[in-house]
Amino acid sequence: MRDPALIRMLPDGRRLHLHDGPIDLIIEANGDPQAISAAYEASARRFVSILDELCSELPLLRARARENSERPRGAVAQRMFAAVEPYCERCFITPMAAVAGAVAETILESILGAASLDRAYVNNGGDIALHLAANHFYRVGTVERPDRPSLFGYLEISAADSVRGIATSGWRGRSFSLGIADAVTVLADCASAADAAATVIANAVNLPNLPGITRVPAREISPDSDLGDLLVTRGVDPLCDSEIVAALDSGARTAEILCAQRLIHSSALCLQGHTRIVSPLLVQASIESSQRSLLHA
Amino acid sequence: MPDVFPPDTVRCDACPVLCYIKRGHAGACDRYANLEGQLVRVDPHILLDRAKSQGTPLVPFLEREGDWDGKIMKGQETFVTAIGAGTTYPDYKPAPFIVSSEVEGVDMVTVVTEGIFSYCGVKLKIDTDRHLGPERNLVRAQGEPVGHVTTAEYGSQMLSLGGVHHLTGGSKSEGRVTCETLLDLCNGQEVELAIDDGASVRVAAGKPPVVNGQQEERMRVGCGSATIGMFAKQWFGKVDDVVVVDDHITGVLSEHQAGKLLGVRETGIAIQGRRSTPGRYFQVAEPGTGWGGTNISDPLTILKPFKAKFAWPYLRLLMVSTTGEQFAYYELDEALRPVEKELPEALKESVGRIRENCEPALTTVLFMGGAGGSLRAGVTENPVKLTDSVKRKLTRVTCGGAPAYIWPGGGITFMVDVTRMPENAFGYVPTPALVAPIEFTLKKDDYAVLGGHVDYVRPLVDVLKEKERQRQLTSHAQNPWPLKPHAGSSES
Repeated sequence: MRDPALIRMLPDGRRLHLHDGPIDLIIEANGDPQAISAAYEASARRFVSILDELCSELPLLRARARENSERPRGAVAQRMFAAVEPYCERCFITPMAAVAGAVAETILESILGAASLDRAYVNNGGDIALHLAANHFYRVGTVERPDRPSLFGYLEISAADSVRGIATSGWRGRSFSLGIADAVTVLADCASAADAAATVIANAVNLPNLPGITRVPAREISPDSDLGDLLVTRGVDPLCDSEIVAALDSGARTAEILCAQRLIHSSALCLQGHTRIVSPLLVQASIESSQRSLLHA
Repeated sequence: MPDVFPPDTVRCDACPVLCYIKRGHAGACDRYANLEGQLVRVDPHILLDRAKSQGTPLVPFLEREGDWDGKIMKGQETFVTAIGAGTTYPDYKPAPFIVSSEVEGVDMVTVVTEGIFSYCGVKLKIDTDRHLGPERNLVRAQGEPVGHVTTAEYGSQMLSLGGVHHLTGGSKSEGRVTCETLLDLCNGQEVELAIDDGASVRVAAGKPPVVNGQQEERMRVGCGSATIGMFAKQWFGKVDDVVVVDDHITGVLSEHQAGKLLGVRETGIAIQGRRSTPGRYFQVAEPGTGWGGTNISDPLTILKPFKAKFAWPYLRLLMVSTTGEQFAYYELDEALRPVEKELPEALKESVGRIRENCEPALTTVLFMGGAGGSLRAGVTENPVKLTDSVKRKLTRVTCGGAPAYIWPGGGITFMVDVTRMPENAFGYVPTPALVAPIEFTLKKDDYAVLGGHVDYVRPLVDVLKEKERQRQLTSHAQNPWPLKPHAGSSES
């Protein structure tokens, strides 16, 4: 009883919604109307086989990546592996850590092969691949907690920046996290790199041996999880300020290393109302705090 | 692949991922779940109904052969809400959108703005008779005071949360937690609250409340005395006496006016507590989360020994709570002591009837705020005229298209049912204060008279052209159409 992939325009008539199994994409292209049509059609054509491609080598994609691991064959799977490879000897990571970003990136590539556009994004549940033609920019809203979607800031990404991927990870999200961050958002050259890095940094926002954090073996919740018996975060009691600072310090150290290695451009780490921005000085993408000026009632 | 699974694990075959899903969990997609060992789809209706109600075809895009183009919307059928409108600053500049449209031949103007409400809060109506805590006691979220218990209503406990004193008058942390709590409640999220010397509750707008970990199912049918009145006839002849246990007024059939009228014989029953009028008792126990909102789990604790002068062996006694959720049946032994027996068939119906007459218990969340300050300056050059126009019902006030009840008296103080507003309509600023949408709709002529910013009025079609940041939603089925001329603002 395989459900067919869903391909439809959203009610606004502007954005395309693609859905298949656990993959859920929102796509928007800007430019010439004919180019937009061509872009959407190309994305839908590429989309319909992606899940089957991934599932054909799922056991390999769920296994810990190592330098000497067998390499996957599929195009999306290869992107996933390449994205996690820089981390594979320093921590436990599987190619699945980059699946969302890699899918977004692959669909964006098919779009750009079919049409010349001003701008386009492929948003795969918060992991986003971007295209920007010269002199165009995106303004991206960021949220502290996915279950409380109030904007806490904006990112402005222009064509001149080399940022083309945004990803967010945290224990409140759909995927498991080993850390306690509500959300870690990463800007990187591409979506798969951002996805893998967000996972690694969110895992590092952590405090060992802290009471009040519920951790459960991943397999107890999801028997075929790629994380196996590793303890994943399922609940975090309110922390005191010094604990929050210490956990964010730990995540920020990892983020700084990844910035220095040019694996990412910048990162925003959110934990219980506190936010830490890690960004090298030269990066042009800036995270500014929300300065919405509103009328006082 | 894992080799050993707990029993009841199912393998989902809805997509090639073929997830193994444990009982009570969902698969990787969050759309299929294992409910009691069965694979069930948990979301299908949401997606389809939304699409259907908004008229979006569910046909695959490719069948439409590239004829995509931004659909043109019919002007009169679109109402611009203030959600996400933002505004200009400082206050004396016109609101971000002042939109005109023609409705039934009348030129209407809607002033659309998002306001920062430092004076705001929510009123929570929690349908339960369980004692949540003494009136006036503090209500806490994450340990911080965010409100208090206020006057109870029939069948419901009331909490008043937020307000300027918790938002900005206390510690930084108190303000932040209050703001979060209000925001979550207004956006339909579940919130956990603890009442000093009382219960802890989990509440979300439009959902049943959970009191001390126990989900409320039903409201009580009435107080204990009212329940006697309603069911006396159905009990007469089938049982000798009935006690309806209630924290407010416990009722006793044989002493109650309703029993007397039917000719129910005196039984010698004696109840703890303070007798109000015949068959009606206050304070039979302490308030709590047991039978009928009292703290008792064994109903016999509210009975004193039967009076030997009137009672007789084998006397049949039913004790039941005001929701019918708890009941027990007794017969007196030779020593006139009650002995629990199985509930006779003939009484099951009446207990079931009590339960049936209890409405589903819900939590309702009303957002309350005051638009009395400078927000009005974004609407008109002479703010008091807006207040006056609202009071005279020439101007209708809506929040995200939902009707607002306007309090009589000075200022524009309003209440709105958050479940009638679009999803996630509320935001916040770190001040801390809530950001809520508010729209003022009135006839264009009236707008000019009250000193409105007529030079800034833009036709609806122009506003709709800026599709970049717009989202179209279907209006809530129960909301009156905000643009309909000549309807009062406080109707709902």
